[in-house]
Amino acid sequence: MVNTADVRPKTKQMSNLVYKYMRPEHLPHIWCPGCGNGIIMRDVAQAIENLGLSRNNTIIVSGIGCSSRAAGYLDFNTIHTTHGRAIAFATGIKLANPTLEVIVIAGDGDISAIGGNHLIHAARRNIGITVVVMNNNIYGMTGGQYSPTTPKGAFGTTAPYGNIDRSFDIAGLAYGAGASFAARGSAYHVQQTINIIQEGIRHKGFSLIDVASVCPTYYGRKNKKGSAVDMLTWQKENMIPVEKAEKMTRQELKGKLVLGIINQTQYKEFTFAYEEMIRRLFEEREKDE
Amino acid sequence: MVSNKRLVINTAWCKGCGICAAFCPKGALEIVDEKSRRKEGTDCILCGMCELRCPDYAIYIEESEEEAGDQWVRSY
Amino acid sequence: MGKVVLMQGNEACVEGALAAGMRLYAGYPITPSTEIAELSALRLPQVGGKFIQMEDEIASIACAIGASVAGVKSMTATSGPGFSLKQENLGYAVLAEIPLVVVDVQRMGPSTGMPTSPSQGDMMMARWGTHGDHPVIAICPSSVKEVYDLTVRAFNLSEKYRTPVLLMMDEIIGHLREGMELPEPGSLKIVDRPTVNHPDSKRLPYRMKPGQLVPAMAPFGKGQRYNITGLIHDESGFPTNSTDEAEAMMSRLMHKISDNYDDIKDVVTENLEDADIAIFCYGGTYRAAKTAMEVAREKGYKVGIFRPRTVWPFPEEELREASKKLKRIIVAEHNYGQMLLEVQRVAGRDCEIGFVGKWNGGVNKPIRILERIEEG
Repeated sequence: MVNTADVRPKTKQMSNLVYKYMRPEHLPHIWCPGCGNGIIMRDVAQAIENLGLSRNNTIIVSGIGCSSRAAGYLDFNTIHTTHGRAIAFATGIKLANPTLEVIVIAGDGDISAIGGNHLIHAARRNIGITVVVMNNNIYGMTGGQYSPTTPKGAFGTTAPYGNIDRSFDIAGLAYGAGASFAARGSAYHVQQTINIIQEGIRHKGFSLIDVASVCPTYYGRKNKKGSAVDMLTWQKENMIPVEKAEKMTRQELKGKLVLGIINQTQYKEFTFAYEEMIRRLFEEREKDE
Repeated sequence: MVSNKRLVINTAWCKGCGICAAFCPKGALEIVDEKSRRKEGTDCILCGMCELRCPDYAIYIEESEEEAGDQWVRSY
Repeated sequence: MGKVVLMQGNEACVEGALAAGMRLYAGYPITPSTEIAELSALRLPQVGGKFIQMEDEIASIACAIGASVAGVKSMTATSGPGFSLKQENLGYAVLAEIPLVVVDVQRMGPSTGMPTSPSQGDMMMARWGTHGDHPVIAICPSSVKEVYDLTVRAFNLSEKYRTPVLLMMDEIIGHLREGMELPEPGSLKIVDRPTVNHPDSKRLPYRMKPGQLVPAMAPFGKGQRYNITGLIHDESGFPTNSTDEAEAMMSRLMHKISDNYDDIKDVVTENLEDADIAIFCYGGTYRAAKTAMEVAREKGYKVGIFRPRTVWPFPEEELREASKKLKRIIVAEHNYGQMLLEVQRVAGRDCEIGFVGKWNGGVNKPIRILERIEEG
């Protein structure tokens, strides 16, 4: 049994950011060498620091899989839920107390396979939660099975002859389902990704940030993508800023990933609309009395 | 160089993935025995890009009250 | 005297829940429980509460758990197919110790079954539906008034023991309309979970103080900052692989229910004092059993009723004790024999056990139970 407060090292041996927003007694984390998830988790902490959010008022919700471990490492109110259901749990937390900042950290399989239904409906409903997807194109925790974002033709332990499924573009899926904020970041593009996550949290409504992670251990090895460095280099060379991508043809964008805020629109946020309805009911009742 | 900033490498947390070294704009880091370390004869400008991309929070820039002086790289 | 109203069982469930302090309902439409969602949608905003129709049954229970974590009493209601879908997250709430009320207005199954037909076919699913060993509290009302009262009790037990409580209704009770007296305002005893309200509290979130039934629970955003997980965890709330700590945790989960059995149990008996035959029944079947008992008594049979309103944990001691004085127990239920197995397990060897079941969407009529009594 470990009490967070008691075992904090006297000499920190870590950056102020990590010391302030993470639970050092649970670090180093379990993610493999070169895993992009660590970079993305830091991006989330940095975005929270930049926005000056209160640790007590910020809720981190995760599902199941490699990504879900983030909830244990981050020092907020954290809840590690069931596979795919993080958004549904987050919806209950936000609706019960709309003053909370609710951030979901999920994986690609978690959010777009088993949790796909919750993703599209939260997007449609425009509930004010922020979803950060650690998208590594594979089920890592279970050892490298293909996921809905594994590219066609790529290999996984359950796609030994190459994946014949078509893959999801999660940011595009969220946009299509009505997300008022849909964006993509990457493990390589840290500054841009921190800014995008910041914008996503600030956005009043449902926001989804699909962050391209890297899984050198399973996806990389199975698909001969090289080391974590090679995979991040691919991101560096093949991710196109959204402004530039708008001027490019479909053909030119083939095999590339668009980086940046793909869509941002203002709609009325769900919990705000609900509380507005409650106020209206109370006012009408007062008039009647 | 007089600075109150220093580069810190926590080898206990370093998993030797090589990301810091590969993307260091000055080529000032290298991986030896699966751990990151400062490369002799190179110039670290304390830009902090390694800190941003280190998946394991094992390398970072520390700012302290006293001048870092020659001890601006600390490793443990 | 409180106000007397004509009410449906499903409606009484909502009114009882509101009286108990429910301020969030998350659900998905399903026959024969839908009226609970409909009335919640109407009534909750009137009292400043929230209703949400989720995209599916799984999301509904997940949303209700989320709300409870944020400190708001919540409920979800469903029927068989939806109850099946909720099982995984039900186990989550048991393990993470999240108060919650889950209503199952049972209909005939399996699968889509006969959606508008009565059944008590989910009784064993209530006990063992979610994977892994776990304690369960399940409650069965037999009248509209009982739906109201036992919904309040379900909330109180869930808050007191930090555990989901199952309100196992059935189509008969859910759709039954009868007069009932509402309790006087302020007369109800309402229990709220123990809470921690210091954000930087250093306490271990799953450690109990001496004399506590459960560790106090911090509402997210208002109380202690901590971690919740569905993994086996230690008192810090973080996962553990230690067999000792896993055992300590599982043992505490089991014991918080079994050690407080006397508080949780709820058995109603009628005419057992001189009886040599007892009808074991619960929920909707009680109504036919009562008529059968009355007619049998007129005919000179010494018949009584043994009716658990808390069905899980099963009233082992009470039934064992009662069976010592009985020649026969007739189990009447709307299934192929589910609680029958428990009665067979528990009742004394000298006591003969008969069964009147129904699994075709129809109801057990008093005459069938009476025939079984007369068969001797």
